[in-house]
Amino acid sequence: MSKSLAGAAVTQTVKVRRSTRSSYVGVAVFAIAIAALAIGPFAFLTKGNQQNLVTLFIYIILGTMWNLLAGYGGMVSIGQQAFIGIGAYGIVYAADNLGVGPIIAVPIAMVISGAIAYLVSFLAFRLSGGYFAIGTWVIAEVIKLVTTQITALGAGSGISLTAFAGAKPEIRIATVYWMALASVVVAVLVTYLLIRSRLGAGFTALRDDPTAAATLGVHVTRSKRVIWVAAAMGCGLAGALLAANTLRVQPDSVYSVQLTAAMIFIVVIGGIGTIEGPIVGAIVYFALEQYLSDLGAWYLVILGSVAIIMVLFLPQGLWGLLSGKGRIQLFPTGYRLISGPPIAEGSKES
Amino acid sequence: MEWANAIVQGVLLGGLYALLAAGLSLMFGVMRLVNLAHGALAIVAAYAGLVLVQKTGMPPFASIVIVVPLMAILGWVLQRTLLNTALNRQALAPILVTFGLAVIIQNLLLELFTADNQSIDVGSLASSSIQITPDIAIGVFPLITFIVGVLVIGLLQQYLARTATGRAMRATSDDREAAELMGIDNKYVYSLATAISLGLVGIAGVFLGIRTQFNPTFGDATLIFAFEAVIIGGLGSLWGTLAGGMILGIAQTVGAQAFPSSGVLLGHVVFLLVLAFRPTGLFPKVVNG
Repeated sequence: MSKSLAGAAVTQTVKVRRSTRSSYVGVAVFAIAIAALAIGPFAFLTKGNQQNLVTLFIYIILGTMWNLLAGYGGMVSIGQQAFIGIGAYGIVYAADNLGVGPIIAVPIAMVISGAIAYLVSFLAFRLSGGYFAIGTWVIAEVIKLVTTQITALGAGSGISLTAFAGAKPEIRIATVYWMALASVVVAVLVTYLLIRSRLGAGFTALRDDPTAAATLGVHVTRSKRVIWVAAAMGCGLAGALLAANTLRVQPDSVYSVQLTAAMIFIVVIGGIGTIEGPIVGAIVYFALEQYLSDLGAWYLVILGSVAIIMVLFLPQGLWGLLSGKGRIQLFPTGYRLISGPPIAEGSKES
Repeated sequence: MEWANAIVQGVLLGGLYALLAAGLSLMFGVMRLVNLAHGALAIVAAYAGLVLVQKTGMPPFASIVIVVPLMAILGWVLQRTLLNTALNRQALAPILVTFGLAVIIQNLLLELFTADNQSIDVGSLASSSIQITPDIAIGVFPLITFIVGVLVIGLLQQYLARTATGRAMRATSDDREAAELMGIDNKYVYSLATAISLGLVGIAGVFLGIRTQFNPTFGDATLIFAFEAVIIGGLGSLWGTLAGGMILGIAQTVGAQAFPSSGVLLGHVVFLLVLAFRPTGLFPKVVNG
């Protein structure tokens, strides 16, 4: 690829690259970390550690999904708890009632979440901005209220996951841990590939200016629907893991708007619109929860205040600070121009 | 006849929803800001009324005279500090900031007042009613709420239609830049809109606190009902919002009559049906000229 500069006698050669030096380091660091986490249950992780890490992995998945919606699709949803709940009920229904076993039940739960999200999108997409946010919340309330009417799902009191009954606790906890580790890797990787794809370039254009994007041929509604369904499947995955980790599904906890609030805090703290941001945010949120949850309601007062300050004064989040405003990219999604040696006009090949 | 009774109760409940919704609608109309803390702020007003009544022994309706200006000042300050800053940031900032504000308010109220249900005591007024027919009785307090709701909507409509500042608000709503070029101070208009909006929330909050038992988490449902009334009625129309509130109220009370404990769900269903078949609302704003 070459480009001549106006008025200059030389042509600057320019190469387009996607990877950066930091991204090679990033891939290496993540590969080592995942390998270490994978052998953890044999070596250095207690059962309690594993259950805590499952919670962290769930937070990373949730943050990644909310970031996909808001940071790339420009959609602020307060109703993602709908799909977390559907995923949680979905794994119990598939594993116990259909008897497919807990591991096969996870993708089934995700497909149910995605299918319901697809149907619901036709209603939700009639609203935009802040009204979209409240509209998704109403839809989540409706899904919760309908769930509590279904006696096969335990109505208002909830249901237990019994597919693991009979398994030794060590085996069960390690199985759920590996499921969660594999899930978080797949969720982040799929999101990354989705955003890097041609579709993803459209998402970014869409987020920045929907009208201009539409003029350039981006199918606005279709792109938003792809993101919406993908994010719902990710939330369904997180919900299924939540049920597998706690073995108990209660409508008031799996359909709680607090789960979406957590997603928002994770993304805002970590940094919106990057792949790394929600991972950093989830780790910080997880740590804060471990140390500050004794403060009771004050904990959420502090978290809410921090979130507002971050939105107003540090919109790139912690990852924005750590990466030096985007100079370090572990998961590069954009294109970079690298200038090669200048070529004199006369010596240019014909 | 119990159905007729349910409808009457629903209409009266609609007056309260319209009061709650009018402020939400006004802020959105003027500055395209959806205030997700709207419901939480209504609960702040309810607690303010409760504290005034309990500590000073003043009559509940008199507390409105103090709560409304306090909420209006709070609105002005919020707009001058937090909200104007948020409006100048990226597109998602106002939604995220008002959501954060709702979380902060709800949890501060939990620390101050615990999660116990409370209610503002109006004595015998709470249970007194007017017998219309042997089967239909209109509660005096719900009737007062409804009349206040209709009056407030009417006054707000007249204010927006006939006063200079009201015209400035409508101009800002239609075209912010053009209004600014005509010499309208947007920041002043925004602050005024939020002050009026929270003043309305002040009235609505005290009425809500008298009408039902409430606790700090009630802000969520309050926001949702106000939003549903706005969307059912149609964006940009205050009388539409009143009608939307009444339709939501009727759906909830008639729904509860038909399926006890599912009243709220049927309200949501009516909202979703409107969204599916009349996404502009039942009474959308008529554009003149």
